[in-house]
Amino acid sequence: MASLAETTPSAEALDAFRLEAREWIAANFPPSLKGVDLSRSALEAPSDKSPDREAWRIAMGDKGWGTPTWPTRYGGGGLSAEEARVLQQELARAGASNPIGGMGVMMFGPTLLEFGSEEQKMAHIPAICRAEVRWCQGYSEPNAGSDLANLQCFAEDKGDHYIVNGQKTWTSGGQWADKCFALVRTDKSKKQGGISFLLIDMHAPGVEVKPIKMISGLSPFCETFFTNVQVPKTDRVGDEGQGWTIGKRLLQHERTNISGGNRMGGGVSLSELAKACVGTDAEGRIADGELRARVARLEMDGRAFAATAMRVAQEGGVSVASSILKINGTKLMQERSELLIDILGMQGLGWEGEGFTDEQIEAVRVWLFGKATTIYGGSTEIQTNIVAKRILGMPDMG
Amino acid sequence: MAKLSDEQEMLRDMAQNWVRGESPVGAWRKQRDADTAAGYDQAVYAEMASMGWTGITIAESYGGSDFGWMSLGLVVEECAKTLTASPLIACAIAARAIALGGSAEQQQKYLPAIASGELVATLAVDEGPRHDPTQIATSVTDGKLTGTKAFVAEGDSAGLFVVAAKDGLYLVEDGAGVTKSRRHMVDHRSHAEVRFDGAAADKLTGGGDALLDRILDHARILTAAEMLGMSQQAFDQTLEYLKQRVQFDRILASFQALQHRMADLFGDIEMTRSAVEAGLGALDSMGDNGDLGQIAAIAKARANDSLHRMSREMIQLHGGIGMTDEFDAGFYLKRARPLEAAWGNSSFLRDRFARLGSY
Ligand SMILES: Cc1cc2nc3c(=O)[nH]c(=O)nc-3n(C[C@H](O)[C@H](O)[C@H](O)COP(=O)(O)OP(=O)(O)OC[C@H]3O[C@@H](n4cnc5c(N)ncnc54)[C@H](O)[C@@H]3O)c2cc1C
Repeated sequence: MASLAETTPSAEALDAFRLEAREWIAANFPPSLKGVDLSRSALEAPSDKSPDREAWRIAMGDKGWGTPTWPTRYGGGGLSAEEARVLQQELARAGASNPIGGMGVMMFGPTLLEFGSEEQKMAHIPAICRAEVRWCQGYSEPNAGSDLANLQCFAEDKGDHYIVNGQKTWTSGGQWADKCFALVRTDKSKKQGGISFLLIDMHAPGVEVKPIKMISGLSPFCETFFTNVQVPKTDRVGDEGQGWTIGKRLLQHERTNISGGNRMGGGVSLSELAKACVGTDAEGRIADGELRARVARLEMDGRAFAATAMRVAQEGGVSVASSILKINGTKLMQERSELLIDILGMQGLGWEGEGFTDEQIEAVRVWLFGKATTIYGGSTEIQTNIVAKRILGMPDMG
Repeated sequence: MAKLSDEQEMLRDMAQNWVRGESPVGAWRKQRDADTAAGYDQAVYAEMASMGWTGITIAESYGGSDFGWMSLGLVVEECAKTLTASPLIACAIAARAIALGGSAEQQQKYLPAIASGELVATLAVDEGPRHDPTQIATSVTDGKLTGTKAFVAEGDSAGLFVVAAKDGLYLVEDGAGVTKSRRHMVDHRSHAEVRFDGAAADKLTGGGDALLDRILDHARILTAAEMLGMSQQAFDQTLEYLKQRVQFDRILASFQALQHRMADLFGDIEMTRSAVEAGLGALDSMGDNGDLGQIAAIAKARANDSLHRMSREMIQLHGGIGMTDEFDAGFYLKRARPLEAAWGNSSFLRDRFARLGSY
């Protein structure tokens, strides 16, 4: 529970920072990007190098504000959590989205900061802070999904390097990535204990990717094949056999991110949309009573969720609580998407072409893609198991 | 499962065999990729006609078999399992409107052509993206109909429209004064915008004031049968997958959490089956009058909710593979939502049910 006695920067200092942030954003944010969501393109599309985007990426990268709370030593912003929140509010106020994103920021960076050697941090974190290198996640395999520890991709010890052979699958952004943080097997005699955490160059000989088309019509993920790929031992994070521990910590970051807990509310107002689409009664209420109740419920649960995410953050970083955030955050996002298209009726079900606005088509694609959020990063069922076992202490059978 | 006559069982088995052999989901995938406005293969519809399916609910005197709505429901359910695309439902509904409201000449003119599969006919009611039969601006003066109908099922291929105007239902043939615009929707089926600009219209004068409601109830029940078939298939396929997929050294089906999920979904779909069969049965037993409103609302609202849930669970329980276009689960999800919206979403239907119950 967040303690009321917690020390926070003085209100004056925060106000001064707010002013600084506001002025800096006004001076650096290209107006053409107002309202454009840059975070998703860092995950679901090739990097967009158009001039304004590049300028904004470089400005934020130089300032370190794309990764506001990371240490300045590695290129981060060095801000306190409160300052970072103020910065986020100011960005939102200007309609600016953070151009520094992707898996490097969301999950790999924080994990490397915790487990990496000084050399590894210096080698990789600055480029993440500037979004110069794109990372992808090589965890899942055809027979290692929920049962991730069953992974078979093998790294053979060759003295100062490994030779990696095997297949990964569902690699998000694999076709656009420069590097991959991967879980591989270095010891076949132990399940979890035989796993190591390697950094693999996606441009190295022997790496092959095959994009997979998704129900949303896009192909944002791949099958990834490693054939005799050489990886220096200096690109192993942690000790041999420590991969499971490191990999699980990374998943906690991933879950916290997927849950949406770090994002402020946003997007269209469902209540306004509902009023416009179904009309209002004499008192100005959404005419469809059931719809009105559903909208209200979602808004109310959304607030309770935001408060929970805030509480978890204040209680000290990522933990098993990330499972609770992921279960509930993804559920709310999916319900929101479903409700959005339900409100629009047939107009909310366009695939392409005449008769639909870009926003309407986008809502459909987001709705479809969103079905993945309860699957990846450890499915809802797996999170539920984690809560039951690790938080509630309910034992396994037999 | 309702108690079927021998003939009905034969019909269902025939449909099942044909669908499995001639129209598996792969056929729908090809149709989807072909990306046509009509959204179905005319040769396939002709084949359905040759098996007599296009005339199941049309009187023998007009070339049909008058085999009833339960029978048609069986065929619709089987076809829905593999997402077989055709205007079978739209035509049956339009034909029913003509049978209940049309003159002998109108019936003679159109019903045999619908029964033989030569003519595609469809109902055009809604003028906005949400079902609302009380909001109709389409009007007729001197036999000329003007108005715009939104998201008309099978509108792209229809040769005849049964159009709801302010003062009743009208028959309008495709031709002068009729403009169709394709709406490319997530299910890749036909939901055209159809603009009538002084198109020649012929009124359906029979059937009384409640004709439109009655026809809509037919549409709700038959659509519910389609949705039931989809739910059933999504369920069966998911159950099959859970029995095969191994994680943690055991089949997924052995996890109690998933056993309970599937058992719960099974019960839910069974309840929907009862509601849909009650609806189809009522269409057969109630003749031209009888009160269909609540029965139809139950069938469609249940089908909406079951399919909504099952279409999501199918993806969820398949994991990553469920998200791929290569796998079929996405097809069920994408077809589910337009069907949920058609002829009343669940809140519309629950409201209607309550109103009919005077509360
Ligand atoms: C869009 C998308 C992007 C992805 N990106 C990446 C990526 O970048 N890198 C990467 O490594 N992986 C990625 N994944 C893979 C993802 O992590 C896996 O899909 C996920 O772990 C589930 O594994 P699976 O697909 O093999 O499903 P399975 O493990 O086969 O699970 C199938 C179903 O069974 C349930 N289940 C499994 N075990 C249990 C149990 N014990 N109790 C109850 N229910 C259970 C699951 O919850 C699920 O509903 C991505 C997946 C998707 C869909």
